[in-house]
Amino acid sequence: MVTRSALLLVLGRVLIKAFLVALAVVVIYPLVWMLLNGVKSNAELFSNPFAMPVAWKWDNYITAWNRGVGNYLTTSVLVTVASTIATVFISAWAAYGLTRVNIPFNRVVLILILGGLMLAPTVALIPLVKMFQSLGLYNNLWALLILYTAFRVPFTTFLIRAYMMDLPAEVDEAASVDGASKARTFWQVILPMCKPILVSTVLLNILFTWNEYLFAMVFTSGGALQTLPVGLTNLMSKHGTDYPVVFAGMAIAAIPVIVLFFAGQRYFIRGLADGVGK
Amino acid sequence: MTVSDTAWKSAAPPPAPLSTKSPKSRTRKPVRAHGWRNVVWVLPAVLLLGLFAYLPLVQNLGFSFLKWDIYSGRQTFVGADNYVRMFNDPIFWKSLLNNTLYAVISIAFQVFGAMILAAMIEGLRSQRWRGILRAIYFVPSAISLTVAGLLFYFIYEPEMGILNAALDALGLGNFTQAWLGQENTAIFAIIAMSQWQGFGYCTLLFSVALQRIPSELYEAASIDGVGPFQRFFSISLPLVREMTGLMMIVTVSGAFQVFNEVMVMTSGGPNNSSQVLGTWLYRSGFVRNDFGYAAAVATAVFIITLVLAVIQLRISKKRRVQW
Repeated sequence: MVTRSALLLVLGRVLIKAFLVALAVVVIYPLVWMLLNGVKSNAELFSNPFAMPVAWKWDNYITAWNRGVGNYLTTSVLVTVASTIATVFISAWAAYGLTRVNIPFNRVVLILILGGLMLAPTVALIPLVKMFQSLGLYNNLWALLILYTAFRVPFTTFLIRAYMMDLPAEVDEAASVDGASKARTFWQVILPMCKPILVSTVLLNILFTWNEYLFAMVFTSGGALQTLPVGLTNLMSKHGTDYPVVFAGMAIAAIPVIVLFFAGQRYFIRGLADGVGK
Repeated sequence: MTVSDTAWKSAAPPPAPLSTKSPKSRTRKPVRAHGWRNVVWVLPAVLLLGLFAYLPLVQNLGFSFLKWDIYSGRQTFVGADNYVRMFNDPIFWKSLLNNTLYAVISIAFQVFGAMILAAMIEGLRSQRWRGILRAIYFVPSAISLTVAGLLFYFIYEPEMGILNAALDALGLGNFTQAWLGQENTAIFAIIAMSQWQGFGYCTLLFSVALQRIPSELYEAASIDGVGPFQRFFSISLPLVREMTGLMMIVTVSGAFQVFNEVMVMTSGGPNNSSQVLGTWLYRSGFVRNDFGYAAAVATAVFIITLVLAVIQLRISKKRRVQW
């Protein structure tokens, strides 16, 4: 009896593990296929999709880079860095104001900022186009910077605020006893203490901005202003027959965020978990 | 993205003076404690959101009652005409149906599928394997929907794609088809891609929720002779119920905001068969120059996401299972 159930248990474990590993292979294969196709020739691509590359044409990456991916990457880096910095600072200030400073209409402000969590970008799209046209910011990177920041502040504030609430009040009191102003307390005491959640929010915002498509597509046109997601669809429609170059471009867009995820996995998980279930 | 139960209870009852060494805070009256100067901390966030999130929301409602040609700039008040047209528009209903399909299939795979998967992963004894599998499953969620969409555009492609090639290799050649080129398969092909892209994210979150369950519960159940299946149903499942509820709402809310992958893979075609509210809104405004109508569709999206957000808030406010 005991041995039979033990045997079943072992068998179950083996089956589950085999299933999980098989699933992992199925999940990761499309990405491997993408990387391999990026170094194939067009003819190879159409002969046998499962074959390994013969030519290993690494110059596909150079071609992709010269066909605009280099520009798209530069724009993406610029917009991502700028909007991430803006979002995290504005959110950290707001979180500090909401948790550790007395402000009038505290509750109204809180609802206003966190209520932004439920606003879908599509809903605001039409008026935003009109607004940015009249501001003269249409087809301008400022539009993306402003929109990414505005739409990411609620979630980022939510995460940082939850973290700041858990910091003991004695910290501020000690600082104020020492004669530190609210501003100094923020920069020199509270902000350094929030480092773990700040890293999480920085990573999550990079991921969001790097991958955003709707605003990037609607608010920019022309190669110099386009970010990677929009640029890739252009690469596809303009040089539609040279598929390996498109694959190389996709790889250039995908690899930085995958590397970033593996490097900061711990912080990603913390941010994601706090965001949904805290 | 959610708001937790504590989120609405403002954090800032003025800190009670613990030490007599700070006479300032002792003499300060609660009313005076609200310094208007302190508003600077929240001002940037409030201004940004007010101008670029809330104001457009209100404007959108106004626009939905206009007939509006963006090129000539002419706007005419047409009352509820856009809404009447919307309710009589078969493509609007088709889009709504496609969003609903998106939601239902995503709940099956990304919520319940991911939950079972997370339970399987957390049941593994090797910590290293648990970490490796969670990370591999998450990788598609790290890349953009644009890259994922383009990638699956090629995978579904009849000439060079691996899907048809794989079916051929398995002797299922009868099933090969132009997945994105046919009205009856396009939306399902897109939804399938989206499951590949998103399930790892949900699995990761369920894993975190399962890890928060004290292991003593499982040990006690094992000692009492409770099998693994029953342990899943009587311990894991009830204790991740809150997470499940939240994930369902987040998933459904996301399903009604779908845009990127549909735009990249089919642009709503063929013959509008894979149109969703987001792409139909875009097409109505920016391709058909019918901005009033697009604003009406946006209002529909807003109402749907608002209802879902309210439900989400109610779930979050409920107390979690105590242990």
